[in-house]
Amino acid sequence: MRFGVVRFPGSCDEVDALMACRRFADAELLWHGDRELDGIDAVVVPGGFSYGDYLRVGAIARFSPLMESVIEFAHEGGPVLGICNGFQVLCEAGLLPGALLPNDSLRFVCRQVEVIVENPDTPFTRACAVGDRLSIPVKHTTGRYYAPPGTLPDDQVVLRYAPGDNPNGSMDDVAGVCSEGGNVMGLMPHPEHAVDLLTGSADGGRLFESLAMVPA
Amino acid sequence: MRARVLIRPKDGILDPQGQAVERALPALGFDGVANVHVGRLIELDVEDASQVPQMCERLLANPLIEDYEVVELTGEAA
Repeated sequence: MRFGVVRFPGSCDEVDALMACRRFADAELLWHGDRELDGIDAVVVPGGFSYGDYLRVGAIARFSPLMESVIEFAHEGGPVLGICNGFQVLCEAGLLPGALLPNDSLRFVCRQVEVIVENPDTPFTRACAVGDRLSIPVKHTTGRYYAPPGTLPDDQVVLRYAPGDNPNGSMDDVAGVCSEGGNVMGLMPHPEHAVDLLTGSADGGRLFESLAMVPA
Repeated sequence: MRARVLIRPKDGILDPQGQAVERALPALGFDGVANVHVGRLIELDVEDASQVPQMCERLLANPLIEDYEVVELTGEAA
């Protein structure tokens, strides 16, 4: 099992994501200008400010050469996890429903939140049970999830913020969603920053652990 | 051809930026202001103006959350 973690100009969480993956499997960094995904079993699109977030978060990164390969990989059923900016990129790429809008507070939020596992039947949550609470940090300015009415079936909501813990005004407390096929997931909280008790919680590791359980 | 693209948040989607501006104006003594929305303006020279709507659909706007309007600038306006 080998993870590939995408590095765009402006990514900033790719090394934490790489280290999180390496707790459970092999992992390597992938450069945005390359196209090769040979030998990669799962792709992580990390957080940061890809291409400066110019125009709109994730809008430019979505057209990078590597993303074309990632989109093809996803269409073939390969697992792809987008975290924070990575979530925004996957929405812009049309791999996930909806979009991320500026926080309702208009403020940057950086704090620990609790999310509840709504759907454990995905490659990203199979190490969890429905109703599990995970303590994971968020840090973003553009994290208010929105999907037009009728475009987000219930079973595509993978994670919700615990009641009262919605940090950004996301619709229906949605914190993480998956694609119709279930092989693409995006979330605003940062599981890669919660893989060791040294930083307060290791709950985020459950997502990487789940992915590592996917047969290579 | 000079084209101007106006991009606005879709009706019904919370626009906290617009709300913040709306709250700031009365503080300066400008009363009677309502329904403020903040969007983006993009201007570009294009050889084929008929391509601009596709540019909007694919990159300049996100049609899920934004409406756009293309204005072709001519004469002095350009």
